[in-house]
Amino acid sequence: MSDQQNPTTASPTSTPEGSVASGTGTSRVKRGMAEMLKGGVIMDVVTPEQAKIAQDAGAVAVMALERVPADIRAQGGVSRMSDPDMVQGIIDTVSIPVMAKARIGHFVEAQVLQSLGVDYVDESEVLTPADYSNHIDKWRFTVPFVCGATNLGEALRRITEGAAMIRSKGEAGTGDVSNATMHMRKIRAEINRLRSMADDELFVAAKELQAPYELVKEVAANGKLPVVLFTAGGIATPADAAMMMQLGAEGVFVGSGIFKAGNPAQRAAAIVKATTFYDDPDTIAEVSRGLGEAMVGINVDDIPVPHRLAERGW
Amino acid sequence: MTRPTTLTPAGPGRVGPAADGEPVRIGVLAVQGDVREHAQALSALGVTWVRVRRPGELADLDGLILPGGESTVQDKLTRALGLRDPLRAAISDGLPVYGSCAGMIMLASTVLDGEADQQTLGGMDVTVRRNAFGRQVDSFETDLRFPALTEPERPIRAVFIRAPWIEAVGPGVEVLARVPERPQGSDAGVSPAAGRVVAARQGNLFATSFHPEVTGDLRVHRYFVDLVRAARERVA
Repeated sequence: MSDQQNPTTASPTSTPEGSVASGTGTSRVKRGMAEMLKGGVIMDVVTPEQAKIAQDAGAVAVMALERVPADIRAQGGVSRMSDPDMVQGIIDTVSIPVMAKARIGHFVEAQVLQSLGVDYVDESEVLTPADYSNHIDKWRFTVPFVCGATNLGEALRRITEGAAMIRSKGEAGTGDVSNATMHMRKIRAEINRLRSMADDELFVAAKELQAPYELVKEVAANGKLPVVLFTAGGIATPADAAMMMQLGAEGVFVGSGIFKAGNPAQRAAAIVKATTFYDDPDTIAEVSRGLGEAMVGINVDDIPVPHRLAERGW
Repeated sequence: MTRPTTLTPAGPGRVGPAADGEPVRIGVLAVQGDVREHAQALSALGVTWVRVRRPGELADLDGLILPGGESTVQDKLTRALGLRDPLRAAISDGLPVYGSCAGMIMLASTVLDGEADQQTLGGMDVTVRRNAFGRQVDSFETDLRFPALTEPERPIRAVFIRAPWIEAVGPGVEVLARVPERPQGSDAGVSPAAGRVVAARQGNLFATSFHPEVTGDLRVHRYFVDLVRAARERVA
């Protein structure tokens, strides 16, 4: 066929329903939604008022959750899906896409969020897991899912379960970008390693990554995940966002970094511009001026391993 | 509606990069959105593409693509970066522009269900309703008739993602494609989406509600590249 190139977002090998499916909730529709968010900043919000501020600052989407990660850390306790009234209030307040977090494995929270009409569900390690063995079977939903990953194998397992978008986990609620850096570098290095392998080595690579061979082969051939890869966890400044983009992220999630800082609206707008001009130090310098105090932050090293959110999920 | 006769010089048999004429340079607005997918489609057609984030990058372009993405963000950034006025000037000077989804909103003279402060670049005499098909759970794909493309009998696979539709068109606007009366996979019976205008052209401006860039079918991009070539030949 003359006018046919390889599909860029839908791939038969990682799409159980195949590329001929029609209607809603197809892989192409789910993954395509994430493609449209690329180069953008998705901001954590707790209330409709925060959602409005985020939208006005240029957020490409907002993420509704009960408490921002920094507060989850400070207050402890079980952290769950946001109150449906709050999610509804946010949906009614902004016209950009609304995402919301569900607990790992909590398929009923995900069902509720789909019923409310959220545009993306984040099956998130930031909330207290509901199932320590299984993640949600995301193929069963019309709403698309984004999931966190610390390495390539984890990303591919989530995609196998139906995730239509991946974000590196970082360490949420810290304002310390070091783990996000580590996870982005790790995923990139593992993809590069697959690219350099001979075909007959990919079988063992799949075993080592604990991911399906077909998906591993696809990543080796294309040099990228079959879904969009964003970054998250600890991004607090325009320079943080730009660094993640230079490390290969296709967009940025900012959690506590905005509403735990002084002057959230200005900081949010600056992070949006730095994400667009991630490779232009002059612009990053300009937007970084006069933002006031960044969130105070916690060094990841000071958090005992059992309390690190990135350790949740497998 | 009359069909322009200059649109599809390319026959279905032409494969790979088009060899005729001078190389064509097409910009892709790269403030936010699925820039890469449009760029890949252009590369597959043998067209040189450039990223446009600054006013100076609009120089020496034969055409421009406004990609899919979030229209409110694209609007805010084009204003904040000083791109809005140069883009409007380029459009009124006759630069061929193709907008997909958010890009369609940017080209519309009137937008419904936008944000209170939302502005468009304008140029096309159309009224576009933002997020008209609904939220993401309503996003869908289906086959459309799009007879202006090469292989006119072969339907195009159209992917609609929180997509807009065209609600009203001015006299100079040619309707190129509509949602079928009963979209494939739709169990909703006669839906409000049935028959809606989802592709249109006015002079050198062209817009689709859907995202041909994510399907691998290059015919919509070829249609635009042919439009760009025809526009340049008229000038030359």
